[in-house]
Amino acid sequence: MAIPLQAPDLGVTRRRSRPGERVVVGLLLLCAVVSILVTVGIVAVLASEAARFFAEVPIFEFLTGTRWAPLGGRIEAGDFGVLPLLNGSLMIAAGALLVGVPLGLATAIYLSEYARPRVRGVVKPVLEVLAGIPTVVVGFFALNFITPTLLRPVFGEDRVFIFNAAAGAIAVGLMILPIIASISEDAMRSVPHALREAAFGMGATKRVVSLRVVVPAALSGIAASVILGVSRAVGETMAVTIAAGNTPNLTTNFFESIQTLTAYIAQTVGGEAAAGSVRYQSLFAVGATLFVITLAMNLLSIRLVRRFRQAYQ
Amino acid sequence: MPDPSATVVPPVTDLPADERRLRRPEVRPSTSTEPQGRPTAGAVLGVERLSFYYGSFRAIRDITMDVEGHQITAVIGPSGCGKSTFIRCLNRMNELTPGTHVEGRIHYHGQDLYGPDVDPIEVRRRIGMVFQKPNPFPKSIYDNVAFGPRVNGMKPASMDDLVEESLQKAALWDEVKDKLKKSGLSLSGGQQQRLCIARCIAVRPEVILMDEPCSALDPLATNRIEELMIELKRDYTIVIVTHNMQQAARVSDRTAFFTAEVTKDGQERTGVLVELDRTERIFTTPADRRTEDYITGRFG
Repeated sequence: MAIPLQAPDLGVTRRRSRPGERVVVGLLLLCAVVSILVTVGIVAVLASEAARFFAEVPIFEFLTGTRWAPLGGRIEAGDFGVLPLLNGSLMIAAGALLVGVPLGLATAIYLSEYARPRVRGVVKPVLEVLAGIPTVVVGFFALNFITPTLLRPVFGEDRVFIFNAAAGAIAVGLMILPIIASISEDAMRSVPHALREAAFGMGATKRVVSLRVVVPAALSGIAASVILGVSRAVGETMAVTIAAGNTPNLTTNFFESIQTLTAYIAQTVGGEAAAGSVRYQSLFAVGATLFVITLAMNLLSIRLVRRFRQAYQ
Repeated sequence: MPDPSATVVPPVTDLPADERRLRRPEVRPSTSTEPQGRPTAGAVLGVERLSFYYGSFRAIRDITMDVEGHQITAVIGPSGCGKSTFIRCLNRMNELTPGTHVEGRIHYHGQDLYGPDVDPIEVRRRIGMVFQKPNPFPKSIYDNVAFGPRVNGMKPASMDDLVEESLQKAALWDEVKDKLKKSGLSLSGGQQQRLCIARCIAVRPEVILMDEPCSALDPLATNRIEELMIELKRDYTIVIVTHNMQQAARVSDRTAFFTAEVTKDGQERTGVLVELDRTERIFTTPADRRTEDYITGRFG
């Protein structure tokens, strides 16, 4: 086909270049690139400093050692076993799930299936307020209320330490409750109404419809909310530092004081570690460990959410 | 007035669970064409001056008609004439929508379905429903069919047999018997709808309500469902809502023609029953002018 040499006259002016457009697009791109650069920068710093640390302390010793004593006068071999910190973080996460998952799921089921619009209109904003309480306040609440008026009277003054994992876990559980409740509720509400009708149509009760149709159909969304909760619990710093203490402790006793990965960083970053020292580099090794855990959790939850979306499109 | 102490007929709710199962309508995959344990003729459902309201809006008004046992009753009419609203009154599905209420009465074997002692859960177990869009659960084919019996506390001698029997009756068994563990959503649209029918049959209802069951299906799949319906009326009483007049003519024994009455100010459309008769009468010599206009395509 022959290409006309001249543009046909459409009665409009010639196509103009619009420099303003390009500037806007460029600015937007720049903003997008900033977040990528920051991420890459953080990962690079974490990796390079952690690599220096692992030059001093073998990675195997770090990952399998059962003693974490980096603050002694002289650093010795075996001082940097991360398991006590990892154990602390996992205890907090497990305890938080024990509190957050049942409460969060029950809240989600109630909001999605039972609550009338007016009740929903009250409960949802309250949940958001709970999510918005600063973590330092929640930690303070745990230390000054949960431990002395809840845990110690029930389980005994001499059994429950002032700083204890249980209080930290409960505090973090309360913090992840709104995450679990709101993501799970979204998942349940996007279960097609037709499925509920199908079940009602064969004589299912409301309870059966909620628990055996809606919850299973929303399961991957619920799982994603739980994993996000875990990742939040593992990453949580302030509340656990205040409530659960700073004692690296390879224990299973929730009433003892422990230290989490995050609490160690918060404690050590405060100035005792001279730049370039092994103690300083250990911050990055612990930070990298934390990063790997939360990254894995987030990737897992993204995959689950994606699978969940596909199911009903 | 219905006897307030009575429950839905047959009055089985106060029997122990085992007895109750025995008293449920038997649906064996037997060669006998005689349906067992239930009346073979007469009205199963009697609708008396039924009106249904969404808030203050009256969607259907003063519907009075019978549904005969072991027949297919078709409900036809133009869009917005309240066909679906009507059929959903028959098993109390409508009351799941907040802000609605019913006036009038529906008798089920002489018992008022909306009576104070009647449990809507029990009603829906006996009067099952198949919906417009196939809506299998995101579970395996087997679990889809077994869902109803499980949640209703039925303990059949063999769940496997019940699942097979239900799938047989829904003319789906041969296509799925080798993949019962696969998701119900992996089936084609027509197969999914037959799965929904199997799922409905598995709780052993007496009546099956079908709300435009073929409107999402292609002609071939539609044909199979229609054949299946004719097959099923031996054991069940079927009420089908359809916007497809040919379908009503092909499958139903009796046809009810609904239309929408517009209020004087033109604001509200209320569904009314124009006439109910044997299907061939409706399609050849309808009594009402409005029916004739509709079936001959002169509907305004």
